[in-house]
Amino acid sequence: MSDPVLQIIGLKTQFQTRRGVVKAVDGLDLELHPGETFGLVGESGCGKSVTALSILRLLPKPAGRIAAGRILFDGKDLATVGEAEIRRIRGNRISMIFQEPMTSLNPVYTIGFQIEEVLRKHRGMRRAEARAEAARTLGLVGMPEPAARLDDYPHQFSGGMRQRAMIAMALACRPVLMIADEPSTALDVTIQAQILDLIARLKQEFGMSVLLITHDLGVVAEICRNVAVMYAGKVVESAGVDELFSRPVHPYTVGLFNSLPRVGGRTGGLKPIPGVVPSLANLPPGCAFQDRCSRRHEACGEEPPWREIVPGHHARCWKPLEVSHGAADSGR
Amino acid sequence: MAQPILVAEHVAKHYPLKGAGFSRRRGRVLAVADVSLSVAAGEVFGLVGESGCGKSTLGRALLRLEDPTAGRVLFNGEDIAAFDPPRLKQFRREAQIIYQDPYSSLNPRRQIGDLIAEPLDIHRVGTPAERQERAAWLLKVVGLLPEHARRYPHEFSGGQRQRIVIARALALNPMLLLADEPVSALDVSIQAQVINLLKELQTQFNLTYLFISHDLNLVEYISDRVAVMYLGRLVELASRQELYREPLHPYTQALLSAAPVPDPRAPKNRILLTGDVPSPVHPPAGCSFHPRCRESRETCRSEAPAFRELSSGRFVACHNR
Repeated sequence: MSDPVLQIIGLKTQFQTRRGVVKAVDGLDLELHPGETFGLVGESGCGKSVTALSILRLLPKPAGRIAAGRILFDGKDLATVGEAEIRRIRGNRISMIFQEPMTSLNPVYTIGFQIEEVLRKHRGMRRAEARAEAARTLGLVGMPEPAARLDDYPHQFSGGMRQRAMIAMALACRPVLMIADEPSTALDVTIQAQILDLIARLKQEFGMSVLLITHDLGVVAEICRNVAVMYAGKVVESAGVDELFSRPVHPYTVGLFNSLPRVGGRTGGLKPIPGVVPSLANLPPGCAFQDRCSRRHEACGEEPPWREIVPGHHARCWKPLEVSHGAADSGR
Repeated sequence: MAQPILVAEHVAKHYPLKGAGFSRRRGRVLAVADVSLSVAAGEVFGLVGESGCGKSTLGRALLRLEDPTAGRVLFNGEDIAAFDPPRLKQFRREAQIIYQDPYSSLNPRRQIGDLIAEPLDIHRVGTPAERQERAAWLLKVVGLLPEHARRYPHEFSGGQRQRIVIARALALNPMLLLADEPVSALDVSIQAQVINLLKELQTQFNLTYLFISHDLNLVEYISDRVAVMYLGRLVELASRQELYREPLHPYTQALLSAAPVPDPRAPKNRILLTGDVPSPVHPPAGCSFHPRCRESRETCRSEAPAFRELSSGRFVACHNR
């Protein structure tokens, strides 16, 4: 396989709070290859967004900091490069789109100005040149009459169109990697389908890699090739999408699938995961999932090993489900 | 079908648009336009639609939390607009509502026990001691502990708070429960817990649910019959099985095909709708879905389709069906 575009090794991101140090990301490894769409899934507070913010060094200061680990991109370690260097990469080689387009666009500047700004800053374009390029990029993301919409303000756009404008801004410098943090969560299903389709198409067209962060397993199944499931700051399972969806082995992943109502009937009913996500400031020793786990036993008091179940399929568990057991099917 | 508990006849709700300052802009928002439906006692009636389609406004009109501009709503055969104050107060006991956000629907300065007993206080049911006892019992019913009664809302997670909201809604033994996106603010693993609880309570207390949601999978899971709304109108109404097996309205078809399926091997024949939902201030002439519809014809542009019963219990508003 080709060299990874992005390689994260042992990332630990921590927040200093009044109640102590919160380990939001606790030893994360991740590899992203050229042209790959990688899904990072988990529930709120699992550390998936903090991972994205760590990559671009957008952590709130001074509370948040990268305590350990390396983020290798382009031969550099993003965890330690200088502020000037990360600014050259941010929005240029790696760009990011957020969940809520209304809060990530500046309401007092026109859409055109905001896209032009990226081009002028990173590509050194002049005003007129940047304007033409901005219109072209808006056209790429499926904005009708792009040149006419350049002078519109964000409030004049619908939610779906705002997200398209965000994507245009992220795409303006033709990044190598696009991080999409819940890009379609705030949108209606029919608009969500349009946006996911757009991201998949653009990825093809420009050969970008996409790191998709979401809580929605449906979205992952639609557009990702590989997926990692996070729980309480750690990746608990990772595999190719087909493999993970047909043979999940970590009890948490299996629990997530069993919590989903499925199109095509109410066979079997919902089997929720009991209990709630533990507080990150106060995790039990060993496996963070043990208190909610039906397969818990003595060993779970110790940190579970990261093991390869079958080639390319890893899980962090003392007692993973048997692959041959067909766990997913029995639960669905 | 069982006796309908709730009937809507041609209900419409318009809001006037206020022009800002001296602006002469006038108009109205057609939040709900001509909706007729009936909910049978003991069923779960699902109402799906995208944001701004009027599903919440319709729900509020059905409980007389909004006065409809036109049409009428019957509760057990009585017109709710004609209720006098004592009868209205009685109605407030019989029909309850659960909202989406459990963070904003609980007063942060009151203890859980008092929050749950508040409806009993208002309606003067039992003695204060009996009310506290019932609150403790309700906490157990929704899967919490009686000793939680002395705690405050901030001590609970989102899922637990929604359980508290449900306990409060059940305090007065209602017949009808309107659940407006009851689990949308919760994480997946917690959603399933709350949905299972709602299902159990429905059997235990013989409740009728009006379940409003944008989540098609969830609505399929919990509902007996499902109505689909688009731009203030019902476009389709059918039993759950029929609607999901064979959706008839082009909008329902697109909506179902757009929902992401958590199975990478599922066939992906998505119907991608072009464009956005039009503004309810200027709804398109004719069928309001025609600008995005792949089957639209000349008639669709000029004439609004009637909401017709195609076969028993199966309604659709489309010229091409």
